[in-house]
Amino acid sequence: MRALVRPAQYVALAFYILFLGFPLLWLISASLKSSGELNSLTVSLIPQDFHWENYSQALSRQGLVRSAWNSALVAVVSTMLVIVIALPASYVLARLRGKIRAAGVGWILVSQVFPVILIILPLFLILRTIGLTDSLVGLTLVHTTYTLPFALWMMQGYVSAIPVDLEEAGSMDGASRLTVLRTIVFPLLMPGIVATAMFSFVSSWNEFFFALVLLQSPENYTLPITLKMFIGGEGKVALGPLAAGSVLAAIPSIVFFSIMQKKLTGGLLSGAVKG
Amino acid sequence: MSAPTLAGDPHAAAARRPDRRAPRRTGGMARAKRREAIALVMPSLLPILVLSVAPLVMGVALAFTDARLVRHPDYQFVGVDNFVRLADNSFFWDSFRIGMIWAVSVTLLQLVAAMGLALLLNSGLRLQGLTRVLALIPWAMPPVVVAIMWQMIYSPNAGPLNAFLGALGLPDDINWLADFSTALPAVIVVGVWVGMPQTTVTLLAGLQQIPDELHEAAAMDGAGAWRRFTAVTLPSLRPIITSITSLNFIWNFNSFSLVYVLTEGGPGGRTMLPMLFTYLEAFKNRNIGYAAAMGVVLVVVVVLLLAIYLRSQFRSEKES
Repeated sequence: MRALVRPAQYVALAFYILFLGFPLLWLISASLKSSGELNSLTVSLIPQDFHWENYSQALSRQGLVRSAWNSALVAVVSTMLVIVIALPASYVLARLRGKIRAAGVGWILVSQVFPVILIILPLFLILRTIGLTDSLVGLTLVHTTYTLPFALWMMQGYVSAIPVDLEEAGSMDGASRLTVLRTIVFPLLMPGIVATAMFSFVSSWNEFFFALVLLQSPENYTLPITLKMFIGGEGKVALGPLAAGSVLAAIPSIVFFSIMQKKLTGGLLSGAVKG
Repeated sequence: MSAPTLAGDPHAAAARRPDRRAPRRTGGMARAKRREAIALVMPSLLPILVLSVAPLVMGVALAFTDARLVRHPDYQFVGVDNFVRLADNSFFWDSFRIGMIWAVSVTLLQLVAAMGLALLLNSGLRLQGLTRVLALIPWAMPPVVVAIMWQMIYSPNAGPLNAFLGALGLPDDINWLADFSTALPAVIVVGVWVGMPQTTVTLLAGLQQIPDELHEAAAMDGAGAWRRFTAVTLPSLRPIITSITSLNFIWNFNSFSLVYVLTEGGPGGRTMLPMLFTYLEAFKNRNIGYAAAMGVVLVVVVVLLLAIYLRSQFRSEKES
């Protein structure tokens, strides 16, 4: 009986690996198949022979490249904005007790669970009034605002981990506050800034709902919207290039998450659980 | 943003540092400090106030108007008219029921599946690294790509799922996402796939906090694996399970993108989640005020359900 436990566990693990990994493998496989093979009724995970032209076709599609560019632009600019405005505020959140902190933390929690549908209606009206619907500037502002609470939360945690004593030691040596921040706090905070930036980039790059509501002209579409339009109705695109485009769209997110993987599974969340 | 999906408080460890004191000073210094603090917080506060707190308040206000999505809106206050109309809207309540089925099943299945994987990963098997990376992929991927991927899996003709069933000699001509009876279960599976990793990671972190001595003591007392699980593991994980199930339930109930791309609510409204229904009412039928009323009803119900659930959890925690 006991001897069977380990093998049974490996069988169970194999099922999990299959369940979690197979859909992605299938997508990659579809992106490498010829259109003939995709349209035939033979079903196999390994392509008969590898075809890269789906990728070149996906990349030569005007809409796809343009929307990837839009996505990158919105994600990079909103990430920079998030870091620049969250940095000072996260310092305050981490170092101050009392009402500001309580209000900040309260809003962070509320913003995690609130249905965006209730916010999107007036948000749409507000942005329309100032002419920022169907605009990448408007979308960037929205992505910045909605990534901010969680970014603040991440960053204030990294600030909290820097002992106040270090700063106090610095100011005792006669360094000005700014010098202390620049020479002591900033360097220690760098890994936190990088992690927050990656999170912020992925959030914006993957985001679908705001982009769906706010953008109307195809030249403004972000990548998720363009991919959605390819499968819905008019823009029917061949399966191969669609799969290739999807793989390309998933790469930045997967790369960043893999880098952050250690942090996510390790210290950070175990810290959360102890609390 | 639909993406901020990291669970809980990643920095509780830091927040608990005993040596972290707020630098409190008195008199003019305190005022200068406060002014400095406000100046530092302002750049974050401003966009949040303008683009999310204000819309939230307006969203509730819109529910009492007849606002429509037309060029020059001039709204009338209509009192509770929208809510009265809503009470009779059977399509809305259908979507509400479907949303409940979806959120409850996805949340429970996520919990069970994640618990299994977390236990496996915690029991010292090989392949842990691979499994962890794999487990994070669904979480990281853009929802649109996830939906496209699963549409291929479920594809009636050349899809691998039907091919697999066919190989086993089972019916292999099911149009999973288009058939009335299979559409909802099919999207639920995708929902579980997407949300399971995060729950696994959280549970795993919780499992690693349970001192080995507890299990050893139970084993000495002759408790078998299942008994140790129910008597030691589950009670220790209880606070984590409570918080992730509440959060997962709300996220699942509020979810939109995945099912919107997978089925757009079809076939025949069989996967019409409440957020999809409200979105269509606002941006296809252009009834902003009416849609806002739906949003308000959904928020109220979810908050109520959550309050009941959390209360029962705390009560039984006290008892045990």
